[in-house]
Amino acid sequence: MSLLAAQTQGFLSPTGVEIAFLLVGIVTLGAAVVTVTTKQLVHAALWLVVALGGLAVEYLLLTAEFIAWVQVLIYVGSVIVLLLFGLMLTRAPIGRSPDADSGNRWVALGVAVAAAAALVWVVVDAFRATWIDLDGPARGTTEVSGRMLFRHWVLPFEGLSVLLLAALVGAIVLSRLRKDTEEKR
Amino acid sequence: MTTTTLATLVPLLPFLGAVAGLLTGRRAPGFVRPLAVLPTLAAAVLAVLVALRQGGGDPVDAATRLTPTGSVPIDLALHLDGFAVLVAVLVGLVATCVQLYSTGYLRDDPRYSSYAAFVSLFTAAMLLVVYSGDVMVLLVGWEVMGICSYFLVGHYWETEAARSASLKAFLVTKLGDVPFLIGIFALAADAGTFRINGILTAANSGDGLDHPTLVALLLLAGVAGKSAQFPLHTWLPDAMAGPTPVSALIHAATMVAAGVYFVARLLPVFAASAAAMVVLGLMAAATMVGSALAALAQDDIKRVLAYSTIGQLGYMTGALAVGERGAAVFHLLTHGAFKALLFLGAGVLIHVAGTNSLAAMSRMRDLRQRAPDAFWTMTVALLALAAVPPFSGFFSKEAILGAAEHAALGDAPGVPVLAGWTVLVSGLVTALLTAAYASRLWLLTGVPGAKPESGAAATAEPGPPSTATAAPSPRAASGAAPGPRPAAGPEPGAEAGAGAAGAGAAGPGVAVSGHPARTPFVMNAVLWVLFLPAAGLGVTVGVLPGWFDGHSLAPTLTTSVLGTGLALVGMIVTYATWRLTTSLGRRAPMGAVAAHPGVDPAQSEAEAIATHEPAYGDIAAAHDPADPARLLLGPMHRHAAAGFHLDAVWSALFVRPVRAAARMVRFLDREVVDTYVDGAGGAARLLGAAVRRAQTGNVQTYLGALLAGSVVLAVAAVLVAAGA
Amino acid sequence: MHLAYPAVLAALLFCTGLYGVLARRNAILVLMSVELMLNAVNLNLVAFDVWLRDALHAGQALTLFTIAIAAAEIGIGLAIVLLVYRNRGSSDIDRLRDLAEGDAQDAAAPPDGPGGTGPGGAGRGPGTPPGDGPDGTDNGGTDNGGTDNKAEAAA
Repeated sequence: MSLLAAQTQGFLSPTGVEIAFLLVGIVTLGAAVVTVTTKQLVHAALWLVVALGGLAVEYLLLTAEFIAWVQVLIYVGSVIVLLLFGLMLTRAPIGRSPDADSGNRWVALGVAVAAAAALVWVVVDAFRATWIDLDGPARGTTEVSGRMLFRHWVLPFEGLSVLLLAALVGAIVLSRLRKDTEEKR
Repeated sequence: MTTTTLATLVPLLPFLGAVAGLLTGRRAPGFVRPLAVLPTLAAAVLAVLVALRQGGGDPVDAATRLTPTGSVPIDLALHLDGFAVLVAVLVGLVATCVQLYSTGYLRDDPRYSSYAAFVSLFTAAMLLVVYSGDVMVLLVGWEVMGICSYFLVGHYWETEAARSASLKAFLVTKLGDVPFLIGIFALAADAGTFRINGILTAANSGDGLDHPTLVALLLLAGVAGKSAQFPLHTWLPDAMAGPTPVSALIHAATMVAAGVYFVARLLPVFAASAAAMVVLGLMAAATMVGSALAALAQDDIKRVLAYSTIGQLGYMTGALAVGERGAAVFHLLTHGAFKALLFLGAGVLIHVAGTNSLAAMSRMRDLRQRAPDAFWTMTVALLALAAVPPFSGFFSKEAILGAAEHAALGDAPGVPVLAGWTVLVSGLVTALLTAAYASRLWLLTGVPGAKPESGAAATAEPGPPSTATAAPSPRAASGAAPGPRPAAGPEPGAEAGAGAAGAGAAGPGVAVSGHPARTPFVMNAVLWVLFLPAAGLGVTVGVLPGWFDGHSLAPTLTTSVLGTGLALVGMIVTYATWRLTTSLGRRAPMGAVAAHPGVDPAQSEAEAIATHEPAYGDIAAAHDPADPARLLLGPMHRHAAAGFHLDAVWSALFVRPVRAAARMVRFLDREVVDTYVDGAGGAARLLGAAVRRAQTGNVQTYLGALLAGSVVLAVAAVLVAAGA
Repeated sequence: MHLAYPAVLAALLFCTGLYGVLARRNAILVLMSVELMLNAVNLNLVAFDVWLRDALHAGQALTLFTIAIAAAEIGIGLAIVLLVYRNRGSSDIDRLRDLAEGDAQDAAAPPDGPGGTGPGGAGRGPGTPPGDGPDGTDNGGTDNGGTDNKAEAAA
């Protein structure tokens, strides 16, 4: 099938979806790179919004609508806000901070580049002739997702709620000021 | 009770006494003396009882096997024959005398309790050796004696001489014990049993032992060490640094007798090898003659007796070399009696005289009057030693010489003629020499006759001069002036004064009293107890063959005449020489008395030993022109006094190589082995420091390294999976 | 659509996040980078789910769970960072060096300057002599030291 697909769908003749995916992907990747390299901490958070939003678009392009909206709601809506609050509570400097990157940035770069090279090489080598068939019924509409969640994944879903509750309690316990600490201070 | 039970009790009682003494000695000082004397006395009585019951008849054998012990079984076995029961009686008698004597001799000694316990243990070990019917059990007693001798010889461990003497005694006897142990194993492997009866049966059977010569020579090494035979005898003269009763015990009845007794027990094993018999004979000859010469040159009275012991043991081994163990054990018995008497008497003399130096004693005018019991009993014992006819030593020595004559003439079957001639000739020569040193000892220890004039007898009184003047002792009165002598004395006398002062300073606890030394009554009483066997044991010569192998032990005419004649010649020559040298001695005042009168005998002996070397420049000899031995021996005197430099030979042969090897091992250990050890440690430390440097605490560094490693692993895995 | 596009994009995003985790100083920026890595995984899951057409939709379900867990993780992580900031006066990861070997930390202190001494002094807690902690943080830089002191005063 893949051979057949390779013959019918040439690598050098991209479809519209592919082009859109590629462009959004470039934007996403660029935003991500800026996120991890910018010297301004708040900007990093904002660039992260762009990256995560770009990813949501990619989900849409992959016909996973529900996940895309969940991505937007949870990540862009709450996680980023949380991060911004965190930055503010830790009195992160607004503006350029020259020491945003630690001393082992070149080691980190080396490791990251090596990992990227290895991963890209492996992935490309493995999926050189694999195509996703996006023409069938949508894989990730809300209805489909709801069915599968509450038909096949109910138990993990409920377990997840317990986990979230535990995380909630844990976060509160961790972040509230302790009386004894206060007295010591 | 059966004879077996009685015989079991004989070694057991002193052993229990020793244990009880060691356990209760400190807490209950009142029990120490009864615990020391009574078990030994009971053992002696029981030994007599056992001897009477056994009566020289058939041997009594009893054995029990507690547990299987592998291929060659070990039994707790008793073997009671005529030899065993008689030697046990001797051991019991001498040990009892020594214990009684020690109560007086060490009356004020703080370590008396442990001393008495070790004497008891020593006695128990010897009785075990005597009664044992199993070689392994015998070896137990043998080794216990070795360690006891170490402790007892080192009783005065405050003095350097005693410390080194105890070590030397232990090491030299152990040098012989190692081949001895191997020999016992070889013997048991050949015979298939450790039981003495079984070994003797195997040795007497048709095919005999597999390696008779090897086994006999290995065993001989141990015997030479224990019985102080040439060339392993050097520990014995030095062991004189121990207390006198211990010397008596070691020399008369226990340790040195063990070797002779062992050979007597296993004589068929030795007789199976002609070479071993010849070696035994040569060893006996060298021991006899050499030790007699050395005895003639000694200045320390106890060393004279020590060399004499070596010589008499040489007689015994000579008797064994000609295959006559009856004569050997007979001499063992008589020698035990008179040598114990001699030692104990010498102890009394040392105490009374305050010195152990013959040179000093010979200048004391009234030694005989102050110790009459010691003088008369020792006179008889010396006559017995010189083998003068009516006394015990004559009979036993003539039995040996007679046996040697038999062997020399080829009348004894299975004994090499060479061994017979060797023993006969050396025995006769030694008879002459023995008489000479016995009479020298007698003449020098305060003999009636020509005395040095009073002014020539110089004594240096120890302690501060005020003490000497305030409480003049008889010796101080005999001196020309109280206190340290003016420059009239020669060099040794001045040294003696210094040495005595040192001794006085070393022992501030010495009780200063003006009374002359009083010998405790019990010490003199013991002398008279031992006097009886020393004088009269010879009358048993007609009875003893029934207890032994049945050979007649009666003196034969030829050897009797020869031996007694030579002894008389020796005595006369010595007396003549002494008359000559005494006149010389008048002009040479010398002699140091270090010990204070009136103190404990043991303490006075310890001081005498400690000051002999500083006073005379030598532990063994003194530069006394009045000594007849100096004239008799001529240029040989110096070498004889040093024991023919055998110690130097041993030192060159063994001590120095061992020390060099030890230094080399130390060097190898310190410089070579330790380098590796330190290197290993240092390398680990360096590596640790390097690794520690990596622990920066920076999580991102750790994570970076971790992920880099993961990438490498992943790439490697992919490459392997792809088959690249 | 060619599967290599989402796969390569996911790989690159993951490595970008990796770089951020290793190179960023601020703990919150590190958390952002972690989010990037998680999202890269999510993209992979979605793409392969679509490609495999799994009847159970396991990929998308897992993506949803991952998003939920990531939300929980960011909550806990921020709480921890806040706590660290409150105790140490800094949320810089490379100054949290209590795990360092003692000698190495001392040896590393001079070139590292304030970074080495600051957390060490502050990390010893209230029992240490009072002069130590503020000195270290003051050396660390004026702005940081100022905030630190203010934080301590506020607490």
